[in-house]
Amino acid sequence: MTENAQSAEHNAHPSTGTYLAIAGVLTVITLVEVGVFYVPAFQSILAPVLLILSGTKFALVVMFYMHLKSDHRLFTAVFTLPLLIAIAVIVALLFLFGAFSLN
Amino acid sequence: MTHAVAHHTSTGLDNRKLAFWLFIGSECLLFGSLIATYLVYEGRSVAGPTTHEILNIPLTSISTFDLLMSSLAMVLALAAVARGDRLWSRVWLATTALLGLVFLGFQAYEFTHFVHEGLTLQVNLFGSTFFVLTGFHGGHVFVGVVWLVTLLIRSLQGKLGPDKALNVEIAGLYWHFVDAVWIVIFTVVYLIQRQ
Amino acid sequence: MATSVVEHVPAAAAENRSGIWSWITTTDHKRIGILYGVTAFVFFLLGGLEALIIRAQLASPNNTLVDADTYNQLFTMHGTTMIFLAVMPLSAAFFNYIIPLQIGARDVAFPRLNAFSYWVFLFGGLFINSSFLFGAAPDGGWFGYANLTSKAYSPGLNIDFWVLGLQILGIASLAAGFNFVVTIVNMRAPGMRLMRMPVFTWMSLVTQFIVITAFPVITIALVFLMFDRFFGTNFYNAAAGGDLLLWQHLFWLFGHPEVYILILPTMGMVSEVLPTFSRKPLFGYAVVVYSGVLIAIMGWGVWSHHMFATGLGPIADSVFGATTMLIAIPTGVKIFNWIATMWGGRIELKTPMLFAIGFIAMFIIGGLSGVMHSSPPSDLQQTDTYFVVAHIHYVLVGGAIMGIFAAVYYWWPKVFGKMLHEGMGKAHWFFMLLGMNLSFFPMHFIGLLGMPRRIYTYDTALGLDTMNLVASIGAFILGASFLIFIYNVLWTRKNGQIAGKNPWNAATLEWAISSPPPVYNFSVLPTVSSRLPLWTENGVSEIPDVPPEPVHVPGGTVWPIMTATGILAVATGAIMHTLWIVVAGSLFVVFSIYRWAFEPFEV
Repeated sequence: MTENAQSAEHNAHPSTGTYLAIAGVLTVITLVEVGVFYVPAFQSILAPVLLILSGTKFALVVMFYMHLKSDHRLFTAVFTLPLLIAIAVIVALLFLFGAFSLN
Repeated sequence: MTHAVAHHTSTGLDNRKLAFWLFIGSECLLFGSLIATYLVYEGRSVAGPTTHEILNIPLTSISTFDLLMSSLAMVLALAAVARGDRLWSRVWLATTALLGLVFLGFQAYEFTHFVHEGLTLQVNLFGSTFFVLTGFHGGHVFVGVVWLVTLLIRSLQGKLGPDKALNVEIAGLYWHFVDAVWIVIFTVVYLIQRQ
Repeated sequence: MATSVVEHVPAAAAENRSGIWSWITTTDHKRIGILYGVTAFVFFLLGGLEALIIRAQLASPNNTLVDADTYNQLFTMHGTTMIFLAVMPLSAAFFNYIIPLQIGARDVAFPRLNAFSYWVFLFGGLFINSSFLFGAAPDGGWFGYANLTSKAYSPGLNIDFWVLGLQILGIASLAAGFNFVVTIVNMRAPGMRLMRMPVFTWMSLVTQFIVITAFPVITIALVFLMFDRFFGTNFYNAAAGGDLLLWQHLFWLFGHPEVYILILPTMGMVSEVLPTFSRKPLFGYAVVVYSGVLIAIMGWGVWSHHMFATGLGPIADSVFGATTMLIAIPTGVKIFNWIATMWGGRIELKTPMLFAIGFIAMFIIGGLSGVMHSSPPSDLQQTDTYFVVAHIHYVLVGGAIMGIFAAVYYWWPKVFGKMLHEGMGKAHWFFMLLGMNLSFFPMHFIGLLGMPRRIYTYDTALGLDTMNLVASIGAFILGASFLIFIYNVLWTRKNGQIAGKNPWNAATLEWAISSPPPVYNFSVLPTVSSRLPLWTENGVSEIPDVPPEPVHVPGGTVWPIMTATGILAVATGAIMHTLWIVVAGSLFVVFSIYRWAFEPFEV
């Protein structure tokens, strides 16, 4: 019974081609990130752009390499809840230590 | 390892896989606390070297790329184990471990170079937060390499057939998560240098 | 290691299960539960002894029973022991013993990891208490504020014992957290849908989620402190630009969820006892479950209410004041549901019920003082005074401990097959209630009238001599009440009435099997069709007295205790600042893990 459930999930495994494509995307995004770092024009929006880019990489690794996208929703819940708490803690502490004040 | 037969479970999901995702959840809080501390203390060192003076972006970009490629090798290793391909199981497991070691090599070089330049654990806030955050991450990579080598040895002993694919999958979850944490650290520590 | 198959003849199960070695290598959740219970109770008595010395010292002004340094060690160890070595493991005793029985499982998901959690807890408790042998018990308060805990201000071993001991205990709790979530989610009997689970199991599930998310934060806080003390880092070094409040934030980010870890399981216990002795199902089951979930989530948003006196600023003060007030809502909801459960029921005032009702009353009082703390302006007067001591002891002694004893009296017959003496149980309850109110109620006034916490003497000019004396007398009465319990236990061993399967006529699955249960729990895994299986016609399928086919029961293994020993060795090497012991201990941990991983073990 469990075997059937698991093999059904495993049939949804991405192909080698997909894995290579993801690796390619990750590489490109990394290059863009480093590029953005070095281009002076981007300095003012560096943080948001980089956070979005790295967030995308993070999501790709989790959804495809860690297979979360095609796995049971419970795994997504079990991962996402602590992740959200962690992000909230980081934001709250930054606020409490004055990172968002107007100086 | 020990469970040759997956037991029936209420959700149909394997106990070990569920337990490991829970562990990864707790690791989000572990690294979250480390990253929060790094960010809160950024720019507050009163002496000693700071980010601008010492971080090597080109070098770290290469090690970041190395770790990303190791994740590719890991998924290929899992696919090989799942289809019973003994040769490529071993090739990809070894590749993943090797790329992990390369990352650790880069980190060892970085650490020793930094100490040489005057950035130590003790010299200022940046030294403390940087070395503990990236050191904890490196420690996780090291554990991952040991885990992978163990799987490689099992494969060489002919004991890593498709029935053991879950073991490799779980090792993969660990490895990818460690890579994902690095994605965050690379951005937040190296690329976004606040003052 | 060997696994055994239990045949029809019960005597076969008795083999390999007698003697100390069988306990050291056990992976049976019932035995592990008993180990937790006994160990935790001993630590509870130790923590109580520390409290009695404290109260003896404070019974009169300017007393000289203990000096200031000793006093600091006493209140620090009292808090640390009660929270980490008494209440949490007492709850764990019930997680271990009862949860598999309530969900219709034969054991937890990871029996060896379960044993590991117990041994790590035991060794952690022994490690931190061994500090007394060196006259260096932790003395920085159970919350260890920086920078009192820095090497500069605490040069001795005291804080090292604390930092290392708590990290050991954290490992035990985290492992148990993963284990019980998987157990509850994945090992329920057929028909045992999540919304059919007993409330105790539900609250335990929620609690383990809090453990999994909160313990990593205190781990990091402790790691920072450890690095500061051992390696000279600057995490809590203001001179280097560090912020002492970082410790407080990280600690309370853990510390507030921790108090819900302490109380939610006991709320679950009470939610089992009340319906049984009201002969009525729990009122608003779904609401009680959801409010528990809400408390866990909202509990992440209130931590800085422990820091209202640190100058957070008006925005932070307002936000945390508001979130703290809001969390009183789901808590209050539970109380109304419990009262509604009793309303119109056929109440039987047996000992477990008395403790459960006592829980409700005392927790209301503790909750009210808690709500008073939620307002930053009024908290500024209350914080760091005995008013807070009153609050925490009403919720923890009147709440958690009374709840735990409700569970002790309730489930004792199931675990040991004998009924505890009713009269003695009632006497225990009476003196406990009397003692704790006599002790902690005056503290509301003592605090508001100006006596700070954590001072080892006070002057008669404060005018608080009589109230302190009364509080001390109350403490001794409270302590004496537990002697009644101990005597009850000893008396019951010889004279206790034999308990049948379901002496209380309760509704949940654990009462469907013998007392004590057979080693394999259920001869066949039951199918459940109701939230109250034993109170519903055909609520549970028939469970034969004897297994129709041989049941596989995992054997024992030595690797959990070995791994735990390795961890203890690492901590010992660390506190001795002796690297080779740390390395040897770490290698032994790795070696034990490999042996564990590769031994044949079938659940």
